[in-house]
Amino acid sequence: MHNKSISELASGLRAGEFSSVELVQHYLGRIGSLDKGLNSFITVCGERAMAQARAADEQLASGVTGPLTGIPIAQKDIFCTQGVKTSCGSRMLDSFISPYDATVVSKLQAAGAVTLGKANMDEFAMGSSNETSWYGPVKNPWDTDKVPGGSSGGSAAAVAARLCAAATGTDTGGSIRQPAAFCGITGLKPTYGRVSRYGMIAFASSLDQGGPMTRSAEDAALMLQVMAGVDNRDSTSVDEPVPDYSVTLGDDLDGLRIGLPKEYFDAGLDAEVAASIDLAIAEYKKLGAEVVEITLPNTALAVPTYYVVAPAECSSNLARFDGVRYGHRCDDPKDLEDLYKRSRSEGFGAEVKRRILIGTYALSAGYYDAYYLKAQQIRHLISDDFKRAFERVDVIMGPTTPSTAFGIGEKADDPVTMYLSDIYTIAVNLAGLPGMSIPVQPVSGRPVGLQLIGNYFAEAKLLNVAHRLQQATEWHLAAPDGFE
Amino acid sequence: MQWETVIGLEIHAQLATNSKIFSGASIAFGAEPNTQACNVDLGMPGVLPVLNEEVVRMAVKFGAAIGAELGQRSVFARKNYFYPDLPKGYQISQFELPIVGLGEVDIVLDDGSVKPIGVTRAHLEEDAGKSLHEDFHGMTGIDLNRAGTPLLEIVSEPDMRSAKEAVAYAKVVHQIVQYIGICDGNMQEGSFRVDANVSVRPKGQKEFGTRAELKNINSFRFIEKAINIEVERQIDVIEAGGKVVQETRLYDADRDETRSMRSKEEANDYRYFPDPDLLPVEFDDAFVAAVTADMPELPEAKCKRFSEQYGFGAKDAVALIASRELADYFEAVAKSSGDAKLSANWVMGDLSGALNRDGKSITESPLAAEMLGGLIQRILDNTISGKIAKQVFEAMWNGEGSVDEIIEAKGLKQITDSGAIEQIVDEVIAANPQQVENYRSAEEQKRGKMLGFFVGQVMKASNGKANPQQVNELLKQKL
Repeated sequence: MHNKSISELASGLRAGEFSSVELVQHYLGRIGSLDKGLNSFITVCGERAMAQARAADEQLASGVTGPLTGIPIAQKDIFCTQGVKTSCGSRMLDSFISPYDATVVSKLQAAGAVTLGKANMDEFAMGSSNETSWYGPVKNPWDTDKVPGGSSGGSAAAVAARLCAAATGTDTGGSIRQPAAFCGITGLKPTYGRVSRYGMIAFASSLDQGGPMTRSAEDAALMLQVMAGVDNRDSTSVDEPVPDYSVTLGDDLDGLRIGLPKEYFDAGLDAEVAASIDLAIAEYKKLGAEVVEITLPNTALAVPTYYVVAPAECSSNLARFDGVRYGHRCDDPKDLEDLYKRSRSEGFGAEVKRRILIGTYALSAGYYDAYYLKAQQIRHLISDDFKRAFERVDVIMGPTTPSTAFGIGEKADDPVTMYLSDIYTIAVNLAGLPGMSIPVQPVSGRPVGLQLIGNYFAEAKLLNVAHRLQQATEWHLAAPDGFE
Repeated sequence: MQWETVIGLEIHAQLATNSKIFSGASIAFGAEPNTQACNVDLGMPGVLPVLNEEVVRMAVKFGAAIGAELGQRSVFARKNYFYPDLPKGYQISQFELPIVGLGEVDIVLDDGSVKPIGVTRAHLEEDAGKSLHEDFHGMTGIDLNRAGTPLLEIVSEPDMRSAKEAVAYAKVVHQIVQYIGICDGNMQEGSFRVDANVSVRPKGQKEFGTRAELKNINSFRFIEKAINIEVERQIDVIEAGGKVVQETRLYDADRDETRSMRSKEEANDYRYFPDPDLLPVEFDDAFVAAVTADMPELPEAKCKRFSEQYGFGAKDAVALIASRELADYFEAVAKSSGDAKLSANWVMGDLSGALNRDGKSITESPLAAEMLGGLIQRILDNTISGKIAKQVFEAMWNGEGSVDEIIEAKGLKQITDSGAIEQIVDEVIAANPQQVENYRSAEEQKRGKMLGFFVGQVMKASNGKANPQQVNELLKQKL
């Protein structure tokens, strides 16, 4: 059952081959027996999920169903879920029970999806390895000595290990695509503004974007269909019609122009990963695509630009966690300053503190122009690189990451090396473009991700391009040992 | 040494919307603590601000009213600082690009001359909540009802040279925001708050002195007192060889003093940056035209028109246009009575007196403008005298009926029948032979005063109803 696609599960449910209660029980059973070794969930909502499954079965019986009725999914623990602990991977919110639902959560629930639980993540989505979580690192189901990537590491591991049919993730600098690549699944970061950020705990507001993490492009299309759309609670969501993502999945790729940025294939790229990417590109040629080399000259500026903009915004976004109204509060504060200092010192982990410090510095009087303003200017240059590229090509392709999943603890003490693992994904966030990672030929049993970058609101095109490869190859079907 | 005072004001006008600037919660005053704060106002994780379009309209209206440059593209920025009643750890305000740019308002000085005061800018921002220190022993209570209330911060140029000018400017702004309906102007409830930047310099010196910012001033009277006291303090400091430090000072009305709150050294670095959760506010000329289409006649124009149309002196005109409601009321009275001068006297005299006495505002007047106009008509057509009219006014105030009903019921109609008046005159002359003798033997120039006695007696005998003019004439004849 757990190897079925969302549409297979949906038709099975509608045909009465199995009930949502059975399906949810099956997945809860897998989580119970298999997640101990992975730690992909922070909270498992057993009773709540069963209640949702019973309601789904009633709907199925009555024939009035939504597109995802009875389908068990996981929510990244960054999405506020009413009545459920929403920790964002932080001790700061260990006691926080959300009083409301994020738009993504309410949309998926309205579509009938069952929430199995809340997926582990790097603390406040700050990390590329899921090692910064207060709830401990998540392990990569392909090799439990390796990281699953981050920050949506729990979602990626849970989908790869078949502990849920699909999951939500968020991507600020690669947090959907990089763990998707490391765990061998399909992850889509939509255009900035495509999916509402309301109720998604903010890390860097101008970069954050929620999206689906699934085992196929076909499943991603179904998930995005529900998640996308303008929201009057999010001023930055865009009032752009949501196309039917499923109907164009099968469109042929004859004459598709693929751009390969030479900067994405430089010395920093692992040779074996490069070979896997070449193999996938060769498949696309077989499917009728043309390949052209392009240049994104400001690529090298993306990481430093990101590490000014994202920490600056985070330093302000995380100011609300002050121990006053909710979240962690230190014992017996002496006075107000003590309350602030100790609550925040105790509540936040090292990586979060590092970024708050960097961001506070970057916004300080006398430094603002040199850092934040300059970074915003470079952002425009990076966007312009892509704009020029999309005048020549339909989709940009390259590796999602420079290497396969690295070892747990390997980069934990070297933040700059860690930051560089997002070198190919970060520019996409700075430009606000949609990006996707799909599994291609693994290297020594470890998954490799092919990144697809589209023009603004070209999610349908990305899904189509990804789906055609997945029809022609079987890389996306592979399951890690022990989780088949 | 001769000192010159330099004052600039920062006015926070609370916008009279139904809901908050970035959420749908109500902004009604006086609710139970924390009952008017939604998830957005509480700064819950994941919530986002959504701009209330009404505040943009109100700000644009204000900008148009003071002839300001309108920022057709303005940007919300975050002002970052920690305080328990600031739920997000930042206040959403406007920094580099405010919605209202440079404008100007005129104030009238004591000598009647007009002085323009520059308005540097006006920007939109959200209010913080309140910290309550009194009710909780050794602790602080937080009430977030006020958090997210829309404010328009109106910043003046340092153009004022005395406390009196500052008060005059504050009153003009107060009048404008109420005229255009964007603020209720209630200073006690904090809907209109004034902070004063005050400095002194030797007369003739060009550079400004170091300023202190005075906060917590909640009436026009206190603006004047606080500034004057601060000016004295600064002069004392300088004359004693000291230096004024740049700081924020709190005005304590009970002790009539200003106290240091925080100095510049302790001031926050607010780390302003554009709020990534909100798009820049953009509007075009058509929006401005739509917003200003129903712009009422502004105080200055109304004042000028009153002087020209009704022939009032500056003082009367200024008094009558004090509020839009009062001016409208006066004009309705004048229209229905047909006599502007008499209408103005009644509105500013008996009506204002009665309103004051009963603690009512003009909009709560028990007397509709047409009723007062009707009363004045009865004076003009000699049905009643001005003196009797006061009696009728009181009866109307107490709801005893219309002007004609009261005159009828109380038999107050003026006696103009000369036969009836003659009879009373004759009776009075007959009853006071000694006074008649005195009058007749008196010199011409002394008679005027003596006639008053007889008029009084006749009026008394007629219960005040005899037409005074006729009484005068008949008495002169008969004596």
